[in-house]
Amino acid sequence: MELCKLSALELHAALQAGDVTQGEAVAAARARIAATQPEHNAFITLCDTPAQAPDLAASPLAGVPMAYKDNICTKGLKTTCASKILGEFQPPYDATVVERLGQGGAVCLGKLNMDEFAMGSTSETSFYGAVKNPWNPAHVTGGSSGGSAAAVASGACWYTIGSDTGGSIRQPAAFCGVTGMKPTYGTVSRYGLIAYASSLDQMGPIARTAADCAAVLDLMQGKDSRDGTSLDVPAGSLLAGLTGDIRGMKIGLPADCFGDGLTGEVGSAVRAVAEVLRARGATVEEFALPIIQYAVPTYYIVAAAEASSNLSRFDGIKYGWRAEGYEDLADLYNRTRTEGFGAEVKRRILLGTFVLSTGYYDAYYKKALQAKALIKQAFDDAFTRYDLLLTPVSPTTAPKLGESLSDPLHMYLSDIYTVSVNLAGLPGLSMPCGFDGRGLPIGAQLIGPALGDGKVLNAAHAYQQETTFHKQTPKGGDAV
Amino acid sequence: MTWEIIIGLETHVELSTATKIFCGCTTAFGGDPNTHCCPVCTGMPGTLPVLNEAVVKFAAKAGLALHCDITRSCKFDRKNYFYPDLPKAYQISQLYLPICRDGKVPIVTDAGEKTIRIHEIHMEEDAGKLVHDPWIDQSRADYNRCGVPLIEIVTEPDFRTADEVIAYLEKLRATLQYLEVSDCKMQEGSLRCDVNLSVRPMGSAEFGTRTEMKNLNSFKAISRAIAYEAKRQIEAVEEGKTIVQETRRWDENKDATFAMRSKENAQDYRYFPEPDIPPLELSEGYLEALRAEQPELAEEKRLRYEKDYQLPSYDAAIITGQKALSDFFETAVALGSEAKQVSNWIMGEIMRRLSTQGLEAKDMKLTPKTLSRLIALVKDGKLNRNTAVKVFDAIFDTDGDVDAYVKEHGLEQVSDAGLVGRIVDEVFAANPKSIEDYKAGKEKAFGFLVGQVMRQLKGQAAPAVVNEAIRAKLDALK
Repeated sequence: MELCKLSALELHAALQAGDVTQGEAVAAARARIAATQPEHNAFITLCDTPAQAPDLAASPLAGVPMAYKDNICTKGLKTTCASKILGEFQPPYDATVVERLGQGGAVCLGKLNMDEFAMGSTSETSFYGAVKNPWNPAHVTGGSSGGSAAAVASGACWYTIGSDTGGSIRQPAAFCGVTGMKPTYGTVSRYGLIAYASSLDQMGPIARTAADCAAVLDLMQGKDSRDGTSLDVPAGSLLAGLTGDIRGMKIGLPADCFGDGLTGEVGSAVRAVAEVLRARGATVEEFALPIIQYAVPTYYIVAAAEASSNLSRFDGIKYGWRAEGYEDLADLYNRTRTEGFGAEVKRRILLGTFVLSTGYYDAYYKKALQAKALIKQAFDDAFTRYDLLLTPVSPTTAPKLGESLSDPLHMYLSDIYTVSVNLAGLPGLSMPCGFDGRGLPIGAQLIGPALGDGKVLNAAHAYQQETTFHKQTPKGGDAV
Repeated sequence: MTWEIIIGLETHVELSTATKIFCGCTTAFGGDPNTHCCPVCTGMPGTLPVLNEAVVKFAAKAGLALHCDITRSCKFDRKNYFYPDLPKAYQISQLYLPICRDGKVPIVTDAGEKTIRIHEIHMEEDAGKLVHDPWIDQSRADYNRCGVPLIEIVTEPDFRTADEVIAYLEKLRATLQYLEVSDCKMQEGSLRCDVNLSVRPMGSAEFGTRTEMKNLNSFKAISRAIAYEAKRQIEAVEEGKTIVQETRRWDENKDATFAMRSKENAQDYRYFPEPDIPPLELSEGYLEALRAEQPELAEEKRLRYEKDYQLPSYDAAIITGQKALSDFFETAVALGSEAKQVSNWIMGEIMRRLSTQGLEAKDMKLTPKTLSRLIALVKDGKLNRNTAVKVFDAIFDTDGDVDAYVKEHGLEQVSDAGLVGRIVDEVFAANPKSIEDYKAGKEKAFGFLVGQVMRQLKGQAAPAVVNEAIRAKLDALK
């Protein structure tokens, strides 16, 4: 049995049936990590698995090896945010999602590489080196959860947990040919996620299938007394709700997501998704959503503003890395932060500090909050007419390493289809829907109304019953 | 030229909730450094603040008692600045939508009645403190205070004298203590006051440039700092200098204020809405329930004391001015002591001891039960008033046992007419001159004789018995 090509739910079933032992599953994953880590660099830290195998009855994913993005706190296990400044940081607590998945029998293999502090769309800004795309190591994985997507694509994990502030789960999932979901804001507790932009951050799963994502979210979701923004949603019903029946579902195609900048191959692949869904009984209709032209500037103002505040605590005083040779307090702060943060993080801190400054607040930050409210309103209006929206995830497939960092503005603009989902707090899912001429995966995005996570997953599940893109694995994935 | 002094106050009050504003740590004062904190209040990465609802309740109660409008939908904001005592490098506070606005506090001074307007009350978290160790030349951070809930009460610039400021602060302190939302102890920093002050020619409508004074740790310091700063500003303006808008630090030892930082060096706090705490919705039902819970406050109590116990207005105002005193008074009365007697002891001996020892009424050890026993012994003729004061002084610090002390020191009052009569005979025999004086109409001689008898009996004689014995003997000599 090619263990590493199974879905997470299939592996759990095999464990429960006794066809595979826990030790074999872990060994298979470790072998894939050993084979791919030198090239892909998906992991920052590897860890031992507990001596005692989890209770397989704990959940439909019990016993399945997985890993966390390295901005999710794991008790006693280094959590670096891919930054020098937190290089040796070992949290004295687990994130709520780590606790909940642990109770569900998750077997953690380690911590995954990412863009530093989740800032980036390529996973190249990591202090620990860029992550490489398993489909073609000359290309990026996307970001910021590049390690989380690459680990699933290369068969090193059956599922991983990423975080998504402006597309950081969905875009790397698309570039790496796997399925990733950012749930409705508030449905997953953020306690223990090292904040980038608190009002936009949300953790979610990356896996092979929508069904796996549903099973992971069933364990992650639900009210948490340690996060005041967490919502009281019924946990545990998403997997059970995957009927694959989408008859009568109304799907809207925002015409503004299929215009300038979109490459032809991506556009056609995503339009083909509409046909598959139509064939299963959904109706598909184009409509105008012009407000999305404001999404990127709005996102970069709001996210940078919050980031400039959230990252202020990394000052070298209490934990993490401290520069040497400082002369006084101000010098300690300056040197630590100058030497401890990478260029992209500093760029966003400066941008955020600027837009919150006296004299600029009204012109930038306040205006961005108003735009954010209008964007949310436009989506709410669309969802009075449609059950779901279908869009591309990114205008292109994965760019080559080094191409994006030289032109950050271009990189920011490529977030056009994903950031509005975070600004509006909606659920969004990225699923494989084809390949470009170079064999790089293409992703399609399904967006649902707030708390419509089940609808999004069900439509993706229906699509995956009709197609096999999600079952494709990169070359080199056939070993073991 | 005559000058008018314009003062506004920003008062930080620590709320006496059991736990901190955003986590479950204790708010208890003191403790070894960094023992009252957790990953949340020390701002560890990934942790989140969760609002303690008791803080909202306490803040709203204060607002209602100070006649404020309560903001039905209020929000928190972040105030960003770097300092090692602030572990998140931002303080969660309220700028745009504070919980209370537009209140008023009526005050009374020798100059008459006046109303001080409250601009706003907002909720925020306290910071930690830095302790500099000169031996190793290092500063150490103690995060025990981080996240202790505060309300900041900001007035309009309505004060014109230090007396008004003190009257307001006393009123504020009494109100917050009656509401049991704060213990308002200045020495422990649970009530801290910054004074904004400017001067202008009397009759002018324009405000002068103001300075803000910090580090004012007592009412006395506030009065002195106001006097100093007003004089400094008036002298400067009269010399043709301009006042610089700045923050000044009061130095208790030098009895003067010193510039800390000017407006040009003021920080840009980059306030923005706190994304980790959802907006707070307060319903009319919620506020109605808080109004119903509101206890009797100082003003109502004072009127009741005047009416029910016939206390003089001044005495009633002093006793009701502090919750601890009025609680003490009411308990002693409930134990059966005569209200007038309890009031006299509080106004006399208790206030004297509190003042000489610099003690707050709420920290006093003496219990109403002990004072009631003392009053009962005097009433029953077992102790005379002067001896009772001696006993009071001896037992005040420890709330000692009155009966045991009286017995141990043999202080019980002598009411034995036979014994007193013998002493009177001795005194008369020894002071024939005084008796002649008395006969000649010098009433003063009577007092002298009483004093001599008392002295022989070590002050323990019942005054009425002594007076009667002397009067009877003198009358017999006539």
